[in-house]
Amino acid sequence: MASSATAPRIRDGVRAALPLAPSPILFGLSFGVLSDATGFGGAAAVVMSATTFSGAAQFASVSVLDAGGTVVAAILAAVFLNARYVAISMTVSSIFPGGRLRRLVESQAIVDESWAISGRSGRFEWPILVGAGLFFYVLWVASTALGTVLGGVLENPNELGLDAAFAALFLALAVPYLHERKARQAAALAAGIVLVLIPFAPAGVPIIAAAAACLLGLRR
Amino acid sequence: MSEAWIVVLAVGAATVASKAAGPVLVGRRQLPPKLKSCIDLLAPVMLIALVVTQTFGGDQEIELDARVVGVGAALIAIALRAPVIVAMAVAALVTALLRLAV
Repeated sequence: MASSATAPRIRDGVRAALPLAPSPILFGLSFGVLSDATGFGGAAAVVMSATTFSGAAQFASVSVLDAGGTVVAAILAAVFLNARYVAISMTVSSIFPGGRLRRLVESQAIVDESWAISGRSGRFEWPILVGAGLFFYVLWVASTALGTVLGGVLENPNELGLDAAFAALFLALAVPYLHERKARQAAALAAGIVLVLIPFAPAGVPIIAAAAACLLGLRR
Repeated sequence: MSEAWIVVLAVGAATVASKAAGPVLVGRRQLPPKLKSCIDLLAPVMLIALVVTQTFGGDQEIELDARVVGVGAALIAIALRAPVIVAMAVAALVTALLRLAV
């Protein structure tokens, strides 16, 4: 990490992100493999990694489509998931220099991990956030591309249990949030909404309806 | 245009806007506390909704099949602090083996 005496640079951000490199590589690979195997398409997967750059949302869209959900459901699931970036980006809005266009471009380096790393010194540091984000971005897009190539060898993905692998991924990503009581209550309500609606509503609709569980946040 | 490409465009645009919301639009202003606590809950809510759908969802019915056991095994792996990728592999492997056996 950069010392407090010298201002951190972009390359300090890359260095700080190095230990976390396996995560975007393995996720990128599995996103490429799953997208290709489920018929989402390799090119669409790579472009999505390059433009969305947010693992959970990308997996959400692919899994909703794979489960027979509509395009609208696949879009909304990802948009609701990424709404957290509105809140996250507001915590770092003051560290971005330059004009609006530059801030628009550089703000795309915000992902959960780069944001967390950039705040480790006690205050958010722009070079760390951008350096780490850039590093993760390159790994994410490249490993997605590699995954789509490897995915071509799978013949019947759902026989291989990839549907369960999706569920396991979302579960693992949800666990850190569930340490808070309110998040647990909202998650339980969401699970209930989905279970009740599955027999009645078309695929994808229960997931979107479950978003209403976030209204528990209105309670004190 | 195929379904996948519509999703790629729409989700991409929405995500770019979400990440830029703070640095470009809002500056130093803050979200209203109630709105923020709703937004904070959206991630766990959507993730669990996806878990339930992928584990129990069938063609407009609840299906209890090999997936449930696979995801259960993944939950144990997660509880044992296994990395995410290991939990995914456990779920896929257990589910696939059960499907072969039945």
